[in-house]
Amino acid sequence: MLLQSNPSPFLWGYRIYVAAFFIFLAAPLIAAGAFAFNDSLFPALPWQGFTLDWFFNDTEPKLGMFHDRRLLRGMYYSFLIACFVASLSVLVGTTNAFLFVRGDFPGKNALYIVMVIPLVIPGVILGISILVMASDTANYFENSFDLELEFLRPGIFLVVLGQFSFITTITSLVITARLKKFDDSMEEAALNLGASRARVLRTITLPFLRPAMIASGIVAFLVSFENFNTTLFLVGSEAPLTITMYDRMAKVGSTPVLNAVSFFLMVGSGLLALVSIFIQRDKSVR
Amino acid sequence: MQQKDIKRLTLLLLFAPFALWILLLILLPHIGMVILSLREKVAPRVYEFGFGNYIDFAMEPIYWNTLLRTGSMALLVTALALLIGFPIAYYIAKVAGFRTRGALFLLCLIPLWVSDLIRAFGWILLLRETGVISTFLQWSGAIDGPIEFLYNDATVVVGLVYTVILFMIVPLVSTLDGMDNSMIEAGYNLGGNGFTVLRRIIVPYAMPGIVSGCIVVFMLTAGSYLTPILLGGKNSSWFTEQIYDQFITRFNWESGAAFGFLLLAFTSLVIWLGLKLSGQTLANTVAKS
Repeated sequence: MLLQSNPSPFLWGYRIYVAAFFIFLAAPLIAAGAFAFNDSLFPALPWQGFTLDWFFNDTEPKLGMFHDRRLLRGMYYSFLIACFVASLSVLVGTTNAFLFVRGDFPGKNALYIVMVIPLVIPGVILGISILVMASDTANYFENSFDLELEFLRPGIFLVVLGQFSFITTITSLVITARLKKFDDSMEEAALNLGASRARVLRTITLPFLRPAMIASGIVAFLVSFENFNTTLFLVGSEAPLTITMYDRMAKVGSTPVLNAVSFFLMVGSGLLALVSIFIQRDKSVR
Repeated sequence: MQQKDIKRLTLLLLFAPFALWILLLILLPHIGMVILSLREKVAPRVYEFGFGNYIDFAMEPIYWNTLLRTGSMALLVTALALLIGFPIAYYIAKVAGFRTRGALFLLCLIPLWVSDLIRAFGWILLLRETGVISTFLQWSGAIDGPIEFLYNDATVVVGLVYTVILFMIVPLVSTLDGMDNSMIEAGYNLGGNGFTVLRRIIVPYAMPGIVSGCIVVFMLTAGSYLTPILLGGKNSSWFTEQIYDQFITRFNWESGAAFGFLLLAFTSLVIWLGLKLSGQTLANTVAKS
């Protein structure tokens, strides 16, 4: 609480700056959400009155998001992909945490850096490199064994792999941080009391890690749901929501139904992010 | 002896997912990309190894201009994000009261989870000719006709700063949080003014956070696709757009792979330089936050 003892003009200026920053932060989000309730065919002023049609109306031209088949399908694919990515990356993140906190092997520090690197590779490059490898493999099997491996062609499987490749770094870092704070004497105590290794893991270590696992799973889910760059190159006919929305924006131009989806997504991810923060809040954050 | 075997087996089992992940999804694909980029098409279905794709890149000024433009704008965005974000992070970590602090940090985190697409969409609604700001300015009498704020470099920079600044603020807050207030007080007691304290105590302490934020922000900006295209229009000439163009529009994967490798090499070089100049390592910056 520095500087706070004497409210000087400097501090007031500082506060105004901070306030202006948060207005800057909120303005586009409010704009993206607000026009969902405007009773007009275009997301623009003037304000024509309040409506919920862009959510619930079931006829053209004001087809609401809950009746728009393509948007709903996109949402379903996004949800499916995000679930796979979240569970896979939490699983591997947990084994990585044990590997780097408990394990002892040559080259550990160098490999730890390697684990972080996927986070700083641009998403577009992850997308194209995985696309290239998958197609090469698929072509090889097709030419040599006349075997068509459909899952290696752009589609949900590749999208999951692409997102998993960098989201695992995030979950690994969060779970590793938590495991580092674990007090070893608790495990020793349990072992001394006659518990088996598996039982110690199940009743002591994993419950200790659970907040970090759930929180990083939520983060992974959200990052996957909103990912665009990596997905763009790996997407097949089952387009997730971000791609569907982008197509709509580029081809049809923006209509308020996109504002409705934006509003829905903002509320959804806001709530999930809050849940993850409250889960992690107990004692240690990050 | 048996105990030792079990330990080794456990280590192996823990190592397997890590190795598979890095090998199959990071290492091999990137090697594959480099190999593909070295392949030249000499005739239909006939390929040769060579640097043709890179020579094409070097011979065509539009390509390397775009890369340089993307790089310099990404650096500008990184610098702006640091300049704008640092006071905010300092306010959250050190100036605000306990309750305000949690609330402000939450406010910072929530937009982090909103997709780039929606954020760019929001800016379009605010800035376009028929958008909120133009309409408001006309209504208030400040301007006569509608103004188009979209599709220029300044807008792209604003949009990019907006999408990435939270990745700057969050690591800065966590680093500054760990700093003992008495260090700042000591600085003042020893006769330093605000600027000296900032330069000699706060900034050196926050260095890992600054470097970590800068790396992530730079990479995100240089690799971003949506914001430059949506806010900069069709001729925003961002390098990722060139990669997309080669891959999807022209189906020229060889040259697309070369472009991808060039972007990766370029951004890695900048980050390596940044780490060297600031005396930090990847392990104590990005890996920590």
